[in-house]
Amino acid sequence: MKRLLDIEFHKFRYSRSSKILTIIYLSIVALMMLVGMIKIDFNGFSGSFSDLGIFDFPYVWHVSTYFTSFLKIFIAIVIVSLTASEYSNRTIKQNLIDGLSKKELILSKFYFVLILAVLTTLVVFLASLTLGLIYSDYNEIGIIFSDLQFIGAFFLGHLVFFSFCLFAGILLKRSAFALGFVAVWWLFEGAVNIIAYVIDKAYGTQVYDYVLHILPLNAMANLIKQPFTRIDLIGSSINQVTQGGLVFDYQVEWIDVASVLIWSSIFIYWAFALLKRRDL
Amino acid sequence: MEKILEIKDLSKHYGALKAVDHVSFQIQKGHVYGILGPNGSGKSTTLGMVLNVVNPTAGSYSWFEGTVNNHNALKRIGAIIERPNFYPNMDAVQNLKLVCKIKEISEDKIDEKLELVDLLSRKNSPFKTYSLGMKQRLAIASALLNDPEILILDEPTNGLDPQGIRKIRDIIQHIAKMGTTILLASHLLDEVEKVCTHVIVLRKGQMLYCGPVEEMNKNFGSILIDAVDKAALMRFMKTQDYVGSTEDQLDGFEVKLLKDVNTTQINQDAYNAGIVLSKLMFKKQSLEDQFIELTKN
Repeated sequence: MKRLLDIEFHKFRYSRSSKILTIIYLSIVALMMLVGMIKIDFNGFSGSFSDLGIFDFPYVWHVSTYFTSFLKIFIAIVIVSLTASEYSNRTIKQNLIDGLSKKELILSKFYFVLILAVLTTLVVFLASLTLGLIYSDYNEIGIIFSDLQFIGAFFLGHLVFFSFCLFAGILLKRSAFALGFVAVWWLFEGAVNIIAYVIDKAYGTQVYDYVLHILPLNAMANLIKQPFTRIDLIGSSINQVTQGGLVFDYQVEWIDVASVLIWSSIFIYWAFALLKRRDL
Repeated sequence: MEKILEIKDLSKHYGALKAVDHVSFQIQKGHVYGILGPNGSGKSTTLGMVLNVVNPTAGSYSWFEGTVNNHNALKRIGAIIERPNFYPNMDAVQNLKLVCKIKEISEDKIDEKLELVDLLSRKNSPFKTYSLGMKQRLAIASALLNDPEILILDEPTNGLDPQGIRKIRDIIQHIAKMGTTILLASHLLDEVEKVCTHVIVLRKGQMLYCGPVEEMNKNFGSILIDAVDKAALMRFMKTQDYVGSTEDQLDGFEVKLLKDVNTTQINQDAYNAGIVLSKLMFKKQSLEDQFIELTKN
């Protein structure tokens, strides 16, 4: 495993676009930490984001993982371009000739993706922890480390998305096509959601519920649910919106955890099967 | 003799096209092999299969008498296929370090091999700034990193200028002299003729011949013979049992031989018959002639 990771990081280290995108990612995460200091003037309320209570433990875990989740597209571009450029430079062929087996090649990419997911999770964990320690009103250890399931969900969400990108890169061999495929797939799932929703309304079925958990990007998005309504509840002075009796469940659902784990394995297996079947 | 590679009935079909059709041969340690064949005869596909990048339709192959599995065998091999494939942003040393990591060998020999292919002065320039000749030389350096037991070269001089071709050829001859087994695929016959001891001839995916260069065609070469009195010479030639087909050329008769001859004896016989030869020269059949003969029908 160490050798395969070493090989993959060697490729990563000397790829300029990968480095730039990773730096952009880290800078945005760092910037978000500064957001807490920004003063806002909104709806007769004046203060900073931190006054909303969003950086209070344990809410900070939910809020920060939700918002930084969108940034995974930067890392995804890195993965797609690293994978697809192996095809366009034909280095994948050379790697195999030099004595890497097809299995090792996919494994090295998978380990790399796994480590990237761990690292981004770690960065966001540390950033959230710092934010919380600076701004949170509650500092008891028990409260600080509660609701950590959002960090776990964040990791899994990244893992499945990165695996998806890896598969797309292998499938389509060109970074632009692969990124396009990811985007089209995302739209496709959106369309399926709407159709399912319409069917449910018309026939009183529960297709939407299934679709939400079964499709990979749906399950990924569903891991960490939106925290907006929760912010309203905690932000005492801004809490003028009535919830109208709507009940929101913010918890991470096990079915989504299972779904993304299964999808991650499927994507990696498909990538391997594709590579194995193909002539290079 | 130690077998490095054994191929048995290897086939690759693309739909109805039989790119490689039941090819079998063996590579023995210490020889230099040439794979000959016109473009599209299945040379690269055959090499692709034994190098684990093309899946065979049927048949099998084994490296080093089957003692190691395929991808570990490849770590003991050096191979260059078609055109050099490296990471464009990495320089020569970074690219070679990656190869060392894949082959699980030490990085000590990088400078030595770069020196051998005359790239040491450009070792820190990114690969994308290299000329084609330099790229090809880097590929050779990369293939030699592990001091391979066999070096496989597929059209190593393709697309190079004359200086580049000369440079690559010198390197190949140098390596061949050191006793490394080489498998060289090429359609440039003089290239193969200069270094190879054995040849494998392919045409339309089928193997026509595999063996030592000199036994490729059963023939005894030819002689170029001339005299002032051409008519008398012609009459004399007709009486000799070693004479095959005769061609009247500008500089004399080119006579295909049917058996081994002694040119001194021919000269003596002609003189005894009253003919003074103005020219007598023995010619070995060139690889090109043999190859064309073998592949024409």
